[in-house]
Amino acid sequence: MSVVTLKIDGVDVAIAAGSSVMQAAQEASVEIPRLCYLEGLSTVGSCRLCVVEIAGINKLLPACTTEVREGMDVTTQSPKLQDYRRMVLELLFGEGNHVCAICVANGNCELQDMAIAVGMDHSRFPYRFPDRKADLSHTQFGIDHNRCILCTRCVRVCDEIEGAHVWDVSQRGEFCHITSGLDQPWGDVDACTACGKCVDACPTGAIFRKNDTTGEKVGDREKLEFLVKARENREWVR
Amino acid sequence: MSRTVVIDPITRIEGHAKISVYLDDTGDVSDARFHVVEYRGFEKFCEGRPFTEMAGITARICGICPVSHLLAAAKTGDKILAVKIPPTAEKLRRLMNLAQLTQSHALSFFHLSSPDFLLGWDSDPAKRNVFGLIDANPDLARAGIRLRQFGQTVIEKLGARKIHAAWTVPGGVRTPLSEESRQWILDRLPESFDTVNLALDLFKGMLDGALKSEINVFGEFPSLFMGLVGADGKWEHYDGHLRFTDSDGNIVADNLSEDDYANFLGEAVEPWSYLKFPYYTPLGYPDGIYRVGPLARLNVCDSIGMDAADRELQNLRDLAQGVPTSSFLYHYARLIEILTCLEHIQALMDDPEITSSRVRSQAGVNSLNAVGVSEAPRGTLFHHYKVDDNGLIESVNLIIATGQNNLAMNKTVTQIAKEYIHGIGDGQDIPEGFLNRVEAGIRCYDPCLSCSTHAAGQMPLHIQLIGADGNLLTERYRD
Repeated sequence: MSVVTLKIDGVDVAIAAGSSVMQAAQEASVEIPRLCYLEGLSTVGSCRLCVVEIAGINKLLPACTTEVREGMDVTTQSPKLQDYRRMVLELLFGEGNHVCAICVANGNCELQDMAIAVGMDHSRFPYRFPDRKADLSHTQFGIDHNRCILCTRCVRVCDEIEGAHVWDVSQRGEFCHITSGLDQPWGDVDACTACGKCVDACPTGAIFRKNDTTGEKVGDREKLEFLVKARENREWVR
Repeated sequence: MSRTVVIDPITRIEGHAKISVYLDDTGDVSDARFHVVEYRGFEKFCEGRPFTEMAGITARICGICPVSHLLAAAKTGDKILAVKIPPTAEKLRRLMNLAQLTQSHALSFFHLSSPDFLLGWDSDPAKRNVFGLIDANPDLARAGIRLRQFGQTVIEKLGARKIHAAWTVPGGVRTPLSEESRQWILDRLPESFDTVNLALDLFKGMLDGALKSEINVFGEFPSLFMGLVGADGKWEHYDGHLRFTDSDGNIVADNLSEDDYANFLGEAVEPWSYLKFPYYTPLGYPDGIYRVGPLARLNVCDSIGMDAADRELQNLRDLAQGVPTSSFLYHYARLIEILTCLEHIQALMDDPEITSSRVRSQAGVNSLNAVGVSEAPRGTLFHHYKVDDNGLIESVNLIIATGQNNLAMNKTVTQIAKEYIHGIGDGQDIPEGFLNRVEAGIRCYDPCLSCSTHAAGQMPLHIQLIGADGNLLTERYRD
């Protein structure tokens, strides 16, 4: 296994070739804001929250999908990056209907955490207030499209870890949404094993347990990483 | 030439409203109207949401009595689940409502209304408020503030927050009462009893003296009264059945279920107010006028079932020489209810089951149409939800206490106007005596206009005087 060395915020890091800048940052104990990234799943670079500056490259690159190179000099925190990340979050909040006060994930929401982390105290963009629906047809779980940020963690976790592939992304632009089965009510999708991994993976309150009320959702995201590593190593010790 | 006096906005009540007084050609009062000029539309935007969110959403209607909405929403949710909640959950819900009644009534009496009684109707309006009370009687003001704090803190100890505690859920409550919290409540009860007894003695003395004339002017008229009563006819605030009584103490209708509210409650609409006018349908509109709230609850029950409170109830009935029908006695009723709540809280704290950890029943959607009811500080509160097979809200109807007192509030304003406005000629201003009393007349009902229209706002004073030809003759503002 070849190893490359690079700098993350001035700290020298050595990591296996083929790793991502996000993994290198984690190796260096540097936190990079992220929403679509989840350890154990493939990367899609869709949320653009983990953008970093790399010396010699004049555009911002997502840390989760950018492979490390020998001698890279990566900056993860700068006023410019802070501005971009804040803008990304303002657009995410403006795009959906996020009402923290009554949300099942209030207090345990990665979107909230990220907004706090980048200092987003208000949005400079007008809210769109789209007319979106909730689907409670599943016996145990519900999905509220108002709170969805299209990170596709649910799509990936269902396909890559559970192997059921219940979820997909449908349509484009402002009509883009997560869909179950062939655009069926979730409760009608035979493929669903009711494992609840999508509930754990969801960074917001979009996918939740049906009896959860305000602030009651607790997503066990580490469980997903554990499952991946347990299968790889044949060790089911958490 | 007839004219109209308009008071807009009205102070020291919750929400935004104005009052119009219509004068006839001789300058006497022909009519008066209490307009509520807020609109929010909660019933509409709840549509499509999971019914489990309704407690959280509807609690945001109001920051003073969110507990009432939390309870009504949770009780409606219980019926959608079709479950019986654990006994401790019911006791804890009752405890929160008792704390809510205590804190809200303390706010109404000490913070909002007592400045009128203690500082005088005609004292400087700029000082006739809780700060003026702190100057004039700091011990009473402090005791009143601490009594409200007691109620608020009990709510916080149960739900982790004083306001909008996400604690009641369909099927029960989320967390039990800790032993530490139970002990705190027990420790603070004696001081709370002292405060309400002090206020009762003070107020009863005034009813015999300085405030005697107000009893006959501030909403003294016959009407029906509605409220929950227990199976044994005792005072109730959480469960039981609905009862209507009349001004002679006769039971007009009894053993009514909230499920059938549409059969006996109608809601009329007037073009000049966003607040609907509920009425008792068998008597029609507006003859079906009824009152709800503290006075109504005391009038519909046979007794309270608590020693000290029952003595005060008897005193109230003796004072009125029968059924108290003056809305000014809502203030007295509020104090009696605080005493009632404290006695009930004491009894609950002595219940060994109160700290049990079994507080939540689980179930799916088993009923698609449900009505929940609870007694809010201002009166009976109904939540009615229709849901689809999955539990998504299809329609919501909220009948709020203040709305049910709407007809009575209008009648009270008219009565006060007729007492204090006579022979107003062209160019004459609105009489100060009227200005200083009409708001207090409304305040007897401790209205919560944000709840009743499901709307928000501020409420300083605005009065307009309008002529017979409909022209505005004069107006007064007070921030």
